[in-house]
Amino acid sequence: MNTWTAVLLASAGCFALKVLGWSVPPRVLERDRVRRTALFLPVALLAGLVMVQAFGSGRSLQVDARAAGLAVAAVAVLLRAPFLLVVVLAALTAALLRLA
Amino acid sequence: MGAYGISFGAVAVTAGFSVLQTCATSLLLFTGASQFALVGVVGAGGSLIAGVLSALLLGSRNTLYAVRLADLLRIRGPRRILAAQLTIDETTAMGTGAPPGLERTAFWASGAAVYVLWNLGTLLGAAGATQLGDPATFGLDAAVPAAFLALLAPRLRDREGLRIAVAGALLALAAIPFVRPGVPVLIAGLAVAPLLVRR
Repeated sequence: MNTWTAVLLASAGCFALKVLGWSVPPRVLERDRVRRTALFLPVALLAGLVMVQAFGSGRSLQVDARAAGLAVAAVAVLLRAPFLLVVVLAALTAALLRLA
Repeated sequence: MGAYGISFGAVAVTAGFSVLQTCATSLLLFTGASQFALVGVVGAGGSLIAGVLSALLLGSRNTLYAVRLADLLRIRGPRRILAAQLTIDETTAMGTGAPPGLERTAFWASGAAVYVLWNLGTLLGAAGATQLGDPATFGLDAAVPAAFLALLAPRLRDREGLRIAVAGALLALAAIPFVRPGVPVLIAGLAVAPLLVRR
């Protein structure tokens, strides 16, 4: 699979998921268990992505400047900083650590 | 929203997407977390299949949003196709939160605004990042986990969200040494399994 195929496949699939919701009778997906699972799935996946991106290096775990960036981002999130500020602070932390 | 698009553009180019591929992703996929997941997994050395699967799993919540919006907005005919593409976190919040009678206007207006800003931001971020060179020098690789954490943050404020996030994080960390890059993210999704069986 090349990158273009992946972009188009993901786009078609995500569009189909949206259209599905617009097409089914409301009762089908209003079941509590289905609803809660779908609403919490992003939480689990995003948490996994945070870990993989911060500590993953191929098949090994690695603590480096990215971890420091993540720690700073966590503090910024706790202080309710806006999205872009969180991201910029993390990048800046890692960049400065690598300069030092 | 534009700012968020800028970070997506920069992250996608850093992950090895061309500017054209990055812009096409924002135009066609148009659902933030799925887009970040696709480029994030690929950027981490994961397979494209794992990236696409992560994007689809994250996109499944839009199905639920669509069910609610379809019931509320009662949009008929071909405009439903357009409404479907615009069904994301932000437009659902605007549509369902609008005062009675203004739901449709709120949905279409927020959809148009977010679509334009998101795509302009993507182009700016992608074009900007191609000028930067090695992403590690500017800490762009550290910006990616921070972006995911910021996306996740609002969901960590209740106990159930926090519990599922911690479980997902631990599952992913435990899986990293044993499976191909990209797969740990899918394994993290198993953290919601108890919700399916518990009544």
